[in-house]
Amino acid sequence: MKPFDYVRPATIAEAVTAAAQPGATYLAAGTNLLDLMKGGVSRPDRLVDVTRLKGLDRIEHLADGSVRIGALVRNADLAHDMAFAKAYPAVAEALLSGASAQLRNAATVGGNLLQRTRCAYFYDPASRCNRREAGSGCDAHGGENRLHAVLGWSEGCIATHPSDFCVPLVALDAIVEIEGRSGRRELPLDELHRLPGAAPERETALEPGDLIVALRLPAVARDFAGHARYLKVRERTSYAFAVVSAAAALRIENGKISDARLALGGVAAKPWRARAAEAALKSVTPDAASFRAAAQAALADAKPSGDNAFKIELARRIVVRALTLAAAGTPARIPALPASPFASGALHA
Amino acid sequence: MPEISLTSAPAHIRHGSNIGQPLTRRDGISKVKGQAAYAADHHPSRMLFAVIAVSSIARGRVAALDVAAARSHKGVVDVMTSQHKPELAIDPDIKTNPFVFRMEVLQSDEIRYANQPIAVVIAETLEAATEGAALLAPRYEALSPRVGLDAGETFAPPVVGVGNPAQVQHGDIDAGLASAAKRIEATYETPPQYHNAMEPHAIVASWDGDTLSIDTPSQAMVMARARVAELFGLAPEKILIRSPFLGGGFGSKGFLTGPQILGVMAAKLVGRPVKLVLRREQMYGPVGHRAPTRQRLRMGVDADGRLTAIDHHAKTVSSSYDDFYEPAADASHTLYSSPAIRTTHEAARVDTGTPLFMRAPGEATGSIALESAIDEMALACGMDPLAFRLKNYAEVEPTTGKPFSSKALRACYEQGAARFGWTKRPLAPRQMRDDSGLLVGWGMGTATFPALMFQAEARAVIRRDGTGVMETGAHDMGQGAWTALAQIAADSLGLDVDRVEFRSGTSDLPDAGIAGGSAHTATAGNAIHTAGAAVIAKLADLATRDERSPLFGAGNAGVIARDGRLFRRDDESRGETYADILARADLAEIDARGTGAPNPTAQTDYAMHAHGAVFAEVKVDPELGQIRVSRMVGAFAAGRIINPHLVRSQLLGGMIWGLSFALHEEAITDRRSGRIMNANLGEYHIPVNADVPPMDVLTVEEHDPHVNALGIKGVGEIGITGSAGAVANAVWHATGVRVRRFPIRIEELLTSA
Ligand SMILES: Cc1cc2nc3c(=O)[nH]c(=O)nc-3n(C[C@H](O)[C@H](O)[C@H](O)COP(=O)(O)OP(=O)(O)OC[C@H]3O[C@@H](n4cnc5c(N)ncnc54)[C@H](O)[C@@H]3O)c2cc1C
Ligand code: SF4
Repeated sequence: MKPFDYVRPATIAEAVTAAAQPGATYLAAGTNLLDLMKGGVSRPDRLVDVTRLKGLDRIEHLADGSVRIGALVRNADLAHDMAFAKAYPAVAEALLSGASAQLRNAATVGGNLLQRTRCAYFYDPASRCNRREAGSGCDAHGGENRLHAVLGWSEGCIATHPSDFCVPLVALDAIVEIEGRSGRRELPLDELHRLPGAAPERETALEPGDLIVALRLPAVARDFAGHARYLKVRERTSYAFAVVSAAAALRIENGKISDARLALGGVAAKPWRARAAEAALKSVTPDAASFRAAAQAALADAKPSGDNAFKIELARRIVVRALTLAAAGTPARIPALPASPFASGALHA
Repeated sequence: MPEISLTSAPAHIRHGSNIGQPLTRRDGISKVKGQAAYAADHHPSRMLFAVIAVSSIARGRVAALDVAAARSHKGVVDVMTSQHKPELAIDPDIKTNPFVFRMEVLQSDEIRYANQPIAVVIAETLEAATEGAALLAPRYEALSPRVGLDAGETFAPPVVGVGNPAQVQHGDIDAGLASAAKRIEATYETPPQYHNAMEPHAIVASWDGDTLSIDTPSQAMVMARARVAELFGLAPEKILIRSPFLGGGFGSKGFLTGPQILGVMAAKLVGRPVKLVLRREQMYGPVGHRAPTRQRLRMGVDADGRLTAIDHHAKTVSSSYDDFYEPAADASHTLYSSPAIRTTHEAARVDTGTPLFMRAPGEATGSIALESAIDEMALACGMDPLAFRLKNYAEVEPTTGKPFSSKALRACYEQGAARFGWTKRPLAPRQMRDDSGLLVGWGMGTATFPALMFQAEARAVIRRDGTGVMETGAHDMGQGAWTALAQIAADSLGLDVDRVEFRSGTSDLPDAGIAGGSAHTATAGNAIHTAGAAVIAKLADLATRDERSPLFGAGNAGVIARDGRLFRRDDESRGETYADILARADLAEIDARGTGAPNPTAQTDYAMHAHGAVFAEVKVDPELGQIRVSRMVGAFAAGRIINPHLVRSQLLGGMIWGLSFALHEEAITDRRSGRIMNANLGEYHIPVNADVPPMDVLTVEEHDPHVNALGIKGVGEIGITGSAGAVANAVWHATGVRVRRFPIRIEELLTSA
């Protein structure tokens, strides 16, 4: 491997200074970054290991009803936190549908947000990739792209963001707390990941040295707890990225939807909030017709970027199903196969 | 002598026959404790690490390598390239025998496929060698590669598989099709697949003057030794290969591969021991794979639903520089009776590593197409798929007219169907739903695999303390050779398995042949069986000739061996222990050799195959198209079962592989570059636990007096066949959509909502 410096700062301020230098990268659990380094995709000069920073591994339920999750909380710990899972069941379900138990035990919240695309051409240093190397081209165009984006893509890049976790988070208006060279700031998660446009190499709104310290879900996010689901279609029953996924959360009052949240995963370079669909669901009866209308609205702007037209129809169906499941009510327990169409887990007929 | 033997683990079953007992793996505890040393676990003193640099283009030549940059990296000791390497004794492209496959060992700057080794960096640490390889930053002169089944020029290969005729014709196909009351024609595609054994190919090579010691996983040590001997100009006795444990092979460790030879060359170049281990992604190229196929099946039936013709045509690909042709159409030779059967193959050359044997080569690819087509034909007849198969049951091997040495397939169908509950299956598709509204479908497939045998030798010893030794250089790929062969050894010596030291896993022992073709237990087992019988005969000879023995005058035929004693057959009260016989003769030990080989007469007279019937249930989400297998039942008849526990594992593994074939496995090749885009276990999908349903495995009683003295047929590969088709047929039955391209993808089922 390429030799690199390894530093383990004691404080957040030291971390930010150490990571602001060119060639420096934060290291959390490394489940994504180390793979990229071994494949020669990332070749950092310096790793700034943040895993020993104090105070970033807490889940705090704040007085105003919001929850604040430290960037170093492990994916599995968050999903298994009873209070958290009860208040934000779709988020817990999404977490548990990702990767494998071993990876979830290691992976951090911050790392999950900032995991890189799984585009095979991004992972292959011999391919041209605008995201990896600005202006080099995009070999996914005309290549093996049946799993690539159908929303928000550009000629420059058709990759998707692979996180499951981010999908319900963006639906629930999560906020990211960032410590940077000029102090602390906050950003809606929806603004963290950028669409590729003309600059696919700029994946996020972060500046050099920016450290994600926490994630917050506002108090209102709890109001959806009774009708919140995450649904993920994948190419095997577990341990696979989403072909397409959806998080649906509803508030139902007097037989009508008073508020709806909907986001899609696996369709764009960011977790895709479907605001037009949410608007279409406002004040309507939660039934098949309104869910179908919402699905149409959610995918209205979708277009294939390659051999992936099927994802548009699949996404519509997933939206309908996720809304149907959400309307039916959050199950008392997270299903044995989280987010799976085979949720029951039971194999025998 | 670095022989490896197992005597320590206590056997669970003590008295009576060892064969047939469900012993757990005798090497299990040492594996769990981490004491079983696999090739890459070895670390001789002064050892260096070698890392291969591989090509990112699929066709062309290496124009430049920055050897200076690699060399100047701290810890790098040397960089082996086509310009700087020890010379081989012969050109590795020369085919000195039919089992020599060409390999890329830096003989030129030519590039024949993506991931071909183009240099080897040797360093003090793995990290330094890895970075050194990255620093080589190759420049290429690239040519446009030929990728996929439609690239290149199509031709008829001379032979397919291991010397099978590429075309076989029995009866008149055109007449059979013309006279048919109903016909189907369908084309199926199977993708390239990679073995992906859990243990990557690895080698630790140490030269000491002109002797060479090698730790490397091998399914055929003596063949591997011969290959090393010819390449390096050594006498075979100067080479010792140790391969006591393999972390899976599936055919990819049948022949020494280029990277393994590069490890030996690297050790020679630097004059120190070298370890070379492939990275996962480097296993997608130089170590073989299963070629893609496109298979067209045409069938006809008469008004009664009896087949009048099976026409199976398979297109496949080989590499640009060597010949191996997946014998996919051959699957149609034996299973279904038809007056006309024709199998034909065609191929094209593309820029990949040479495809090779992969678990059930030809049978796996051919079976999924054949079993799908049989289902389509049954549907066209409006018949239940099992009834249709029974109607076309082959009483003799259809293409040769030979009787089967044994064939309990009917019992497999019956027992499997009964266990599964097949009679409740509605004929039409898309009729069943579970409580949650998922579509449910039932499908079946017939399994078959030839009962092969190769050549093997064994040496048996009885020692003065009454214990035995059995030696044969067998290969335990995880299938349990250490256990099953020891059981045969114990029975052959008339000893409890704990009283037999079984020596195996090194190339200096008698040649156990190859662990392939599902023939290892049959071949090595029969060598053991004859060696044991021979040493017992010698011992009996000693006793019956000796006036002081209670067996004096009994004659060899009148003596039996059991529990370390010889008895008179007609009077079991008269006998004595092995120890007594040897003590009186004042011998420390007595030994004899035996061989295992196919019986040519039986082979001429009989068709020999194992059979089975697999039943699968799948669930499919009606709108979202996601599929999950929810249960499987497989009933297999494979002659004598040496160890039911190990056999069940083999069959289960095969059935899971079949599930994987139908639903998951596929190497995705970039059509422009020829590079494999999912060369890792995250994205090359195989089933995970959640994909594997409860599975029932039944073994059906089958006594075969012809295959070999022990009546063993082999179970290593058959589990895949039948299973893949059963799953595919169940998907059709659940959805009404017939998918003919494998693995079945979500998008192909989306149309059905
Ligand atoms: C085989 C496999 C399968 C997977 N399947 C799924 C799946 O199905 N669904 C899914 O959602 N995910 C999946 N993942 C991805 C997994 O969720 C991520 O690898 C993981 O969440 C990353 O977390 P980490 O702590 O290991 O991050 P790292 O690998 O340590 O870091 C990832 C990136 O984030 C940056 N970073 C980390 N923490 C911070 C911080 N606090 N501030 C600023 N930057 C930071 C790093 O610099 C790096 O660029 C899979 C991964 C693998 C290897
Ligand atoms: S789609 Fe994006 S990530 Fe993939 S190759 Fe193109 S630019 Fe790179």
